[in-house]
Amino acid sequence: MKETITSNSPEETFSFAEELGRKISGFSVIALYGDLGAGKTIFTKGLARGLGIDEDITSPTFSLMESYEGDKPLHHFDLYRIENLNEFENLRFEEYWESEGVSVIEWPEKAGDLLPENRINVFIEYINENMREITIEYTGN
Amino acid sequence: MKEKSGKIIGLGLESSCDETSASVVVDGRKILSNRIYSQVELHCEYSGVVPEIASRAHLEKINTLIEMALDESRLKFSDLDYVAATNRPGLTGSLLIALQSAKAISFAMDIPLIGVNHLEAHLYAPFLEGNEPAYPFIGLLISGGNTALYRVNGPGEMVLIGKTVDDAVGEAFDKVSKYIGLGYPGGPLVESLARESALKKVFFPKIMTDPDDTRFSYSGLKTAVINHIKQNPDQNKADIVYSFQERALELLVRRLFTASRKSGINRMVVAGGVAANGRLRELIESERKNNEEVLIPSPLMCTDNAAMIAGISYQYYIRKIFDSYAIDVSAKP
Repeated sequence: MKETITSNSPEETFSFAEELGRKISGFSVIALYGDLGAGKTIFTKGLARGLGIDEDITSPTFSLMESYEGDKPLHHFDLYRIENLNEFENLRFEEYWESEGVSVIEWPEKAGDLLPENRINVFIEYINENMREITIEYTGN
Repeated sequence: MKEKSGKIIGLGLESSCDETSASVVVDGRKILSNRIYSQVELHCEYSGVVPEIASRAHLEKINTLIEMALDESRLKFSDLDYVAATNRPGLTGSLLIALQSAKAISFAMDIPLIGVNHLEAHLYAPFLEGNEPAYPFIGLLISGGNTALYRVNGPGEMVLIGKTVDDAVGEAFDKVSKYIGLGYPGGPLVESLARESALKKVFFPKIMTDPDDTRFSYSGLKTAVINHIKQNPDQNKADIVYSFQERALELLVRRLFTASRKSGINRMVVAGGVAANGRLRELIESERKNNEEVLIPSPLMCTDNAAMIAGISYQYYIRKIFDSYAIDVSAKP
């Protein structure tokens, strides 16, 4: 299943992600694709709001992973700095992906084949300064 | 043999990120040795620290660094009064190396063990460079992983005033640097390119302009810079990074002085990797009034090092605040 929407502003991207966060069930992995500046931060903030998380979602680029408690827990990963599949394997992030809660993975390309088969792919594509095309794709079962 | 009786000698260890370091400090003020091994070159191709590589490199270096730090100070393990290590925040696999080493030394020599908050230690750096330790002060901590403003009332008494809601300021420098192909770490590279700007025009808007807001935000500025480059691919990159840097630093300076003036605490400390930025120092100096004091460590002491660990833990030692062997590492402060 695949759907595409057009977002006209960061606020719309936030609301869209918030809605997804409200609907999503536990044990979900979201692979979040998009270039630097595409709006992955805004999307994750919206998603967190939808999961009932009050805390600020700060970038995990440096720490690689941050977890938050809400109605459902959120595990926020950023693989930006990982370039080697071997290094990635050593991090054992899969354990989080199999635990309860919603895992959001930024720069999922870096995980190669190690991403779980059952997941939600979110692609954020830059159209112009404000507009983005957001595609949601459900894979596996 | 002790250098002089009555002096308190501390060994500090640091391995929270990509520097392994061991340092001997006397009375929390004077550095006898500060040995630092940087892994920056190891991590360059990854544009940052890779935890598994980092942890292994810390383990390989720490014993040698401890020996070097003691030799340089002409001291032995038996001369130490306490041993301290960063135990938070950081990459847990890396933090363990310094903390476990400190536990071993503490146990073998029967001296107090002190676990240190890395962020608090950064803000102590100016007190190892001739400034007498004094509280309270407003502390601004700026690096690749942190952007936070504190009211520091005393050792272990850091009250958060505001922190970033998204990216750290150093991270914004790193990402802008990578986007335009400059490399890692981005801070010094962006700063030196910005100095080449002939235009010196600031075309990005100010960020977070509400005067009552105490938080920081860098994701929006980063996005604005990237969008600007996409729309103006032929514009001089020096002019773009100049404009970026001015806005990134302006928010730091504004928040720092606002916190100081609102609280009536006119002593400020600015620390962490981004505090090494020369343009930031210029901006602070032009904003500073005569009755205000802003302490910024030398560029070397802005980086991760163990002297600041040995330094701040002296303040704990004299207050007899020690840790047990049950102390663990933590990713969070």
